[in-house]
Amino acid sequence: MNKVHLQLRVNGEDVEVAFAPHKTLLEVLREDLALTGTKHGCELGECGACAVLVDGKPMLSCLLLGLEAEGAEIRTIEGMADGPTLHPLQAAFADLGAAQCGYCTPAMLLTAQALLDRNSLPSRVEITAALSGVLCRCTGYLQIFEAVEAAAQTMVQRSKEEAAGGRGE
Amino acid sequence: MAEGSDRKLNVVGVPRRRVDGRAKVTGQTRFADDLTLPRMLHCKMLRSRLPHARIRGIDTARAAAAPGVRLVLTGADTPIPYGILPVSQDEHALCLDRVRFVGDPVAAVIADSEEQALAALDLIAVDYEPLTTIADSEQALATPEPRIHEYGDEANVHKKVAFDFGDVDEALAGADRVFEDVFFYEGNTHLPIEQHATLAAIDPDGKLTVWSATQTPHYLHRALTKALALPAAHIRVIATPNGGGFGGKSDPFNHEIVVAKAALVTGRPVKICLTREEVFYCHRGRHPVLMKFRTGVKNDGSIVAVHLDTLLDGGAYGSYGVASTFYTGQLQTVTYKIPRYRFRGCRTFTNKPPCGPKRGHGTPQPRFGQEVQLDKIAVALGIDPAQLRLQQLVEPASLTANYMRVNTIGLGECIHQVVAGSGWKERRGKIVSNDGMARGLGLACSAYLSGAGLPIYWNDLPQSGVQLKLDRSGGVTAFCGATEIGQGSDDVLALCVAEILGVPPFDIRIITGDTDLTPVDLGSYSSRVTLMMGNAAIEAATRARDLIAPAVAKKLGVPAGRLVFAEARVFDSEDPERGMTWQDAVIHGEAMHGTLGTTGSYKPPMSAAKYKGGGVGPTPTYSYSASVIEVAVDRATGWIEVVKVWIAHDIGRALNPVLTRGQVEGGVYMALGEALMEESAFRRLPPKLSGALVHKMPSMLEYKSPTTFEMPPVETFLVEQPDPRGPFGAKEVGQGPLLPVMPALANAVFDAIGVRIDEIPITPEKIIRALAAKDRRYGPSKFPEMTWPEALKVAPPWEGGDGTASNDKPKKPRMARPGEEGGPPIRPEVRR
Ligand code: FES
Ligand code: FES
Repeated sequence: MNKVHLQLRVNGEDVEVAFAPHKTLLEVLREDLALTGTKHGCELGECGACAVLVDGKPMLSCLLLGLEAEGAEIRTIEGMADGPTLHPLQAAFADLGAAQCGYCTPAMLLTAQALLDRNSLPSRVEITAALSGVLCRCTGYLQIFEAVEAAAQTMVQRSKEEAAGGRGE
Repeated sequence: MAEGSDRKLNVVGVPRRRVDGRAKVTGQTRFADDLTLPRMLHCKMLRSRLPHARIRGIDTARAAAAPGVRLVLTGADTPIPYGILPVSQDEHALCLDRVRFVGDPVAAVIADSEEQALAALDLIAVDYEPLTTIADSEQALATPEPRIHEYGDEANVHKKVAFDFGDVDEALAGADRVFEDVFFYEGNTHLPIEQHATLAAIDPDGKLTVWSATQTPHYLHRALTKALALPAAHIRVIATPNGGGFGGKSDPFNHEIVVAKAALVTGRPVKICLTREEVFYCHRGRHPVLMKFRTGVKNDGSIVAVHLDTLLDGGAYGSYGVASTFYTGQLQTVTYKIPRYRFRGCRTFTNKPPCGPKRGHGTPQPRFGQEVQLDKIAVALGIDPAQLRLQQLVEPASLTANYMRVNTIGLGECIHQVVAGSGWKERRGKIVSNDGMARGLGLACSAYLSGAGLPIYWNDLPQSGVQLKLDRSGGVTAFCGATEIGQGSDDVLALCVAEILGVPPFDIRIITGDTDLTPVDLGSYSSRVTLMMGNAAIEAATRARDLIAPAVAKKLGVPAGRLVFAEARVFDSEDPERGMTWQDAVIHGEAMHGTLGTTGSYKPPMSAAKYKGGGVGPTPTYSYSASVIEVAVDRATGWIEVVKVWIAHDIGRALNPVLTRGQVEGGVYMALGEALMEESAFRRLPPKLSGALVHKMPSMLEYKSPTTFEMPPVETFLVEQPDPRGPFGAKEVGQGPLLPVMPALANAVFDAIGVRIDEIPITPEKIIRALAAKDRRYGPSKFPEMTWPEALKVAPPWEGGDGTASNDKPKKPRMARPGEEGGPPIRPEVRR
């Protein structure tokens, strides 16, 4: 089968990639771009483990064609930290037991990030709803909720400090 | 430098980021399917669509000639049987002449790409002769022919066991009341989010390496050695971190053997990643169990005898099934005093995916029955269910009727905690609600092993080994065969070494689950890793410290006994300024002794249960849990909402409280799934479509599991009464907290609406049926009539017994056990 050759934008970088046109975004990310941080538990749209951000929205990469992602801004777990510095969500997940086996974690983190991007201090109910599409078999979800809440607090605190710092300069 | 529980602890008990936490949140943890190698081929397996058939012939010629195909394997290529238990070597990597369930593999295609392999599967022609399909245990008992296996205790009965611990009939006859109840617990599955995956490759030196999502690399190593007929030293198994296990990755699997064989034949790396549907076929999940409890009590509620019969639907293969069968009976005695006990268990073969060990292995089903029946007894006698339990808890440091040794027991404290936390005394039976839902509280308790007392194959070797390497850089590397499945075993290893050596856990490099590099640990099952690996790690670290101490003592001119290892320093306890850095201490140690390395190992103490079958159930120490659950039930729709769960767990000591709590809540979550919705259900296709027995739910969409919406608030109480047998006093936490949830929920439903659901899962439909039933109950009505083998007669300790059966006639003389005449000496318990 002839491959398509195109440019994708992944984690803020333009990457060139050639792949068979029927490949899902999940497969393109994992197999052609070696971004194996994106996971899969069904490849049928049932588990949510493959979620990535497409133009800031959580999408199941197993249900999207790689072709469909052309022109979109794709973010995977590999693009979440700021260089070596963990995103506050990542730090909170690691510190508060929100990642046990870690298999649902990339999808949980990106989905939570999308939530915090539009709602900086979500309620427990809002967090529950936002993460409901990602199954976690290990944690029972509660430590995940707590980590999202803690990260939200950290981020709000930080932006307050930044704003204050900005005024002081 | 005492290691007793009174030692000041710096790392233990401190909430802390797990050592592998960063890798997990950055997506850097390398799971099996994340691995690729140059020239790697892909494997797909052809699976039977018939539940039971003879294979008359397989034609693979067209598949072999298909584009990209490098190899096609069939049963003839892997003819050596294997299986997890030595007594059930009944599996073949690819079926030889018979398929036994829908999903049984018959051929494998290895091709350049997954798609090419998949396409070629369609070109394989299998000529099947369909056979009668056996759908459940009762059909198995009634259908001696055709036999699913040529071995087993009878026709389609895999195993039958029977024990009398004292004269149960006499005790029941003398009881004030005898309660008889039949319960059914439907099967369910682990559903790890990670699909099983395996990669096999030939090393440059010609040896075989297999990376696999397995909980038990050591057992996989043994199975590969056997099935491939290769020397064990020429096979290396590396357990990749598991994306969840829960028992579902503890058997050696056919796909693991197939890719290993394919790598050997092609000389190229070969990978397989199962589809979600195939994961359902791997199964090894919870056995469906029908149970009958006859319990005799005095009017004050004290138990005089219990008679339990269990009937397990084992599915198509042995797996851990013999152990599962014993587990349905062996732990009933370790919570409440049961003076006399009869247990009979029977496991059948049926044409469904094989059942095996799922979190709680064989014990959640009878625990459900026992705890629901106790609730009925309490109601009938007008005794508070919490009180009924508290008044007859097993004593610490005692033996049960079936010779299980109970050491510490924190169950009473667990009950007090959940009773107080939930407002049990004030609120039970009295919760008013204004939303039309009926509310109720239910309570139940449980116990679990901190590691099985015996390995699955008889040997006198350590069950966990830890090796430490230390060098002049100050670096410490800990090696252990234990497998990280998400539970945090790498963290426990780092923590135990760090605590003893006085360095931060993050400074310890961890190498685990690699049969070439790490000493044997039996694997991540039976909640054994914290206790066994932890003790081995403490021993290895203590030995390392004992090597370094004299060197430091000499340098500082201080007696070694006064040295403290803490805060990455070694210093004089009487003059803390006088000391040196950890790195300097290691340098002095290396200078004094040469290259530094130590080992530690652990083997559980001897069991008191010397009768045949007594090997299942003993453990170094039991953990205990108690739970109260509040539910709200809608009488009109049967809908059940879990309002809140209170759970207390007798953990001994919480090594890292963040992880401990996560295990408790994860257990509660999984239990709620089982209690309310999860079931491995099957149906028959209509006759014109072969009448085959097919999995109703080989997908995550159909197999319902709880999402964030279904998770109620959980209040966790950790009861910490250090057990001297555990590392720093710790007991298990991975499995125990699951156990009380199902019965507590059933009891809460009764408190809310006065109906008994004697069957798991408890669904709205069953609630509606029970509300309409005359006896206000939903559940099985009878246990089938069946013949049992002559019971092994073992007198309880208080009736003069010594742990042996009076009528146990070993068929062949067995090897003398340690401490027995002619046997090796008893090894001391782990040195502290
Ligand atoms: S892999 Fe399960 S939803 Fe995409
Ligand atoms: S942490 Fe294992 S699936 Fe969520």
